[in-house]
Amino acid sequence: MSTIITRRTLLAGAAATSALPLIGGASAQEPFGVGFIYVGPVGDHGWSWTHDQGRLALEKEYGAKIKTSFIENVAEGPDATRALRQLAQAGNKLVFATSFGFMNPTIQVAKQFPKIFFEHATGYQRAENVATYNARFYEGRAVIGTIAGHMSKAGQAGYIASFPIPEVVMGINAFHLAARKVNPNFKTKVIWASTWYDPAKEADAAKALIDQGADVITQHTDSPAALQAAEQRGVFAFGQASDMKAFAPKAHLTAIVDDWSGYYIKRVKEAMDGSWKTGDVWGGLKEGMVKIAPYNDAMTPAARAAADEVQKGIIAGTLHPFTGELKDQKGTLRLKAGETASDEMLSKMDWYVDGVQA
Amino acid sequence: MLEWRRRSEPSRAMLYLSPLIAIALTMLTGMLVFTAIGYDGFHAVQAIFVTPLVEPQRWADLGVKAAPLVMIALGLAIGFRANVWNIGAEGQYVMGAIAGTGVALLTHDMTGWWILPAMALAGILGGAAWAAIPAFLKVRLQVSEILTSLMLSYVAVQFLYYLVRGPWKDPGGFNFPQTKMFSADQVLPAMAEGSLVHLGIPVALLLALAAWFVMGKTVSGFAIRVVGRAPAAARHGGFDAGRVTWVALLASGGLAGLAGLFEAAGPFGQLTPQFPVGYGFTAIIVAFLGRLSPIGIVFGGLVLAVTYVGGEIAQSTVRLPQAATGMFQAMLLFFLLATDVLVRWRLAFRRNPAKVAP
Amino acid sequence: MTSVILVSIFMTLAAAATPILLAGLGELVTEKAGVLNLGVEGMMLCGAVTGFAVAYSSGSVTLGVVAAAFAGFLAAMIFALLTLGLGSNQVATGLALTIFGIGISSLFGAGYVGRTIQRLGPLFPADYAAHPWLRLVFGHDALVYLSLLLVAAVSLFLRRSRMGLILRAVGENADSAHAIGYRVLAIRAAATGFGGALAGLGGAYFSLALTPMWADRLTAGRGWIALALVVFAAWKPGRLLLGAYLFGAVATFELQAKAAGISWIAPEVLAMTPYLATIVVLTMMSLGTRTGGRNAPACLGKPFPAP
Repeated sequence: MSTIITRRTLLAGAAATSALPLIGGASAQEPFGVGFIYVGPVGDHGWSWTHDQGRLALEKEYGAKIKTSFIENVAEGPDATRALRQLAQAGNKLVFATSFGFMNPTIQVAKQFPKIFFEHATGYQRAENVATYNARFYEGRAVIGTIAGHMSKAGQAGYIASFPIPEVVMGINAFHLAARKVNPNFKTKVIWASTWYDPAKEADAAKALIDQGADVITQHTDSPAALQAAEQRGVFAFGQASDMKAFAPKAHLTAIVDDWSGYYIKRVKEAMDGSWKTGDVWGGLKEGMVKIAPYNDAMTPAARAAADEVQKGIIAGTLHPFTGELKDQKGTLRLKAGETASDEMLSKMDWYVDGVQA
Repeated sequence: MLEWRRRSEPSRAMLYLSPLIAIALTMLTGMLVFTAIGYDGFHAVQAIFVTPLVEPQRWADLGVKAAPLVMIALGLAIGFRANVWNIGAEGQYVMGAIAGTGVALLTHDMTGWWILPAMALAGILGGAAWAAIPAFLKVRLQVSEILTSLMLSYVAVQFLYYLVRGPWKDPGGFNFPQTKMFSADQVLPAMAEGSLVHLGIPVALLLALAAWFVMGKTVSGFAIRVVGRAPAAARHGGFDAGRVTWVALLASGGLAGLAGLFEAAGPFGQLTPQFPVGYGFTAIIVAFLGRLSPIGIVFGGLVLAVTYVGGEIAQSTVRLPQAATGMFQAMLLFFLLATDVLVRWRLAFRRNPAKVAP
Repeated sequence: MTSVILVSIFMTLAAAATPILLAGLGELVTEKAGVLNLGVEGMMLCGAVTGFAVAYSSGSVTLGVVAAAFAGFLAAMIFALLTLGLGSNQVATGLALTIFGIGISSLFGAGYVGRTIQRLGPLFPADYAAHPWLRLVFGHDALVYLSLLLVAAVSLFLRRSRMGLILRAVGENADSAHAIGYRVLAIRAAATGFGGALAGLGGAYFSLALTPMWADRLTAGRGWIALALVVFAAWKPGRLLLGAYLFGAVATFELQAKAAGISWIAPEVLAMTPYLATIVVLTMMSLGTRTGGRNAPACLGKPFPAP
């Protein structure tokens, strides 16, 4: 038993010494290394771009005290394992893995580097030195669903979705539930694009939904193409991940903005002063991880008031987008009257509420 | 004045020297170009081409990255030698992984040493079966294997998507599109405890030696080379071009399939939609980097692995964008293909000095 | 109301077909001369990013279109220099060109991400297309009309003109063409350059007309579909037009069916259809000699002079 421990300790020591030349004689003044891996290119203007905005906010906040680095366009598989290990060996003390598919690689690499803190976005596996974090995007969906309920004359929204994973499914449900509160006959039509990123296809999907009678478009894919299509056809739409008003000045009612900077700044501070602990953080509107972009002038006063109301309610904790009584499409009771959905229920959601056409 | 002269026979010296010239030209051009557009060109080149080789921590990464490329390229080179242009190794790689995973899912509850060999066999057969389609169409119907094998790659990738999002989706995986993780008896053993180096790496090296022996020292290897170089002579010599086509495609398909299975059972440990990363196409580059010779291919695979691993180092150290790695790979191949001309031609001074301009 | 929808569906369909028609037509001419350039996706991306950058900086979409064609041409010239000038392998060079195109477009386009331009609008004034059915004729942008004109022009050129005959001869039997005194390499270079220019236009259709913006890998693999289409069309421009619009129709109807709540077919099955269809067509061509037999240029992908 004791020999094994000695060997392990020795190995860990060897890893530490071989990492030394890279750090270059670590001293107290040495900037604190923070690494990121992104699944897409920073230039995707979508998911990875928002995380890089968070990284830039870190640099602005801490200046020379930290040194950030990132590796972009990392395939979710062995390449991610390698990239994570590379960031760990290059002397970074805190590493953010910003895509679901980095889960197994992160857990694996974290085992080899027990002194380095890892943060994995949107995953469900944690360890002593691996925390997970995610944003409650569904809260933003509830706000834009409310707006859609008010702004849609046809009572019908088109929803361009990527893949039926829980994250996307809960977004669709939250959007629809909010819209149905405003207009009990509201319909939400979903097109599965089977891709996170194919601008031409996203635009064509938006056009098809508009042809079929939707006059509000929203999307859970990466590009602003659907907004551009909505602008061209003269219907309303919402931005995704960032304020996309520039792409569709008339159509863009508002946007669900991902803002990771607050979380990143907090976690880096904790890692620097030694108070970092593993955990699972789901931040939403209250924490500022999800934000609602400025409203378009075209929004009616009623829509504005209702959207503000929902935002305030969620922030105050008096309103949960998933509150019973709630039945799914098949009529199964999912939530009893007054009951709200637990995080576990949300993170495994694979059913649609009544009125969603998916 | 300089002029091009055709060599009476290909230069052996240039055969080995020209890849080095190409690498040197790539480093030089890359340094100049990236310095000109505002990056630290010198350190970028150092990070991409030198750091991965001098840092022992990176060696395992190189092996892991190079092994599948080498394995696929070995098979492709056999075909290319015989003028059989299998450019659909990506599809055979994927089908090999699918077939092997099929066995893994069937045997998920079982234990035994035989499971992994059975998966490997299924991988070989899966890849070979996929390559048999272009072989049949080529031999029986004279349909170009370039086009059919390429088209079949896309079919295979879509088939993989279908499986992992549908029938093979892990029931315990939060509805994410991926198969179950392979069991302990289904993953490739590491060569040492805790090491990244898996069984696929020595196997790739052994296969290179075997290919070198078969191509250089046996009658079949001779037949393949003759059919490729002088089809008419081959007919007179009694070599059957159709049979060579079958052998070349089945061999390359089988090797690609085995590489796919090793990747699935090794670094991945499951199948996900992110499994195909274009190794089948990259291996074509490796085959040419290695001048279609088995030993050359081992070095070719290593050089390409260096650019991938080094590209990530360059991203995290000198902030070179990932796109630049692609540029380096493209430049490397461009220069390599260009310097190939030196094997068959040489630069010489013009004999007649009277014609030289003053 | 239904007619409005039908017209709108057709307009979407035409827009989906145009980029692959343009790129495919270029590749068709290249392949007819015996050159297999697998770098279509890379050349399209070069065109897409250059077109957007020039249109954004100059404010002129027309200038963007011209620049995109030129960028595609330049990318094709790298390919021509290596394969024709130095006799390198076409398959490997084409793949390298794709990697190159993805890389350089991402590097060069980094500064343009998140920006947008006024899209390439309909060619004719709106009152020409006042009635919905008239939109079918007068409602398209200039590149749609250009692509149709180019199909006719290429078809006539290949079948009726002397130059077209020479180009085909170079693709069918380079040695004979050389023996008669034609400059095989120059003709192949010209065909490759034309192919690059059209691929550039096809790429620009994304960044200027369909989704007026730049983002990495904007064309999302359409270059490979264009390559498949050329084979599907048996190297005939008329059939290429048919194939491109068929592709556009299938893609558009899939989305319409989904929007109407009909789960029609697994998306993966649909995505593999163009490739499977291409293999079937290749096989059929080979089986039926009456329909022209194997139409593939005999020297496709083979270097000249032979090494």
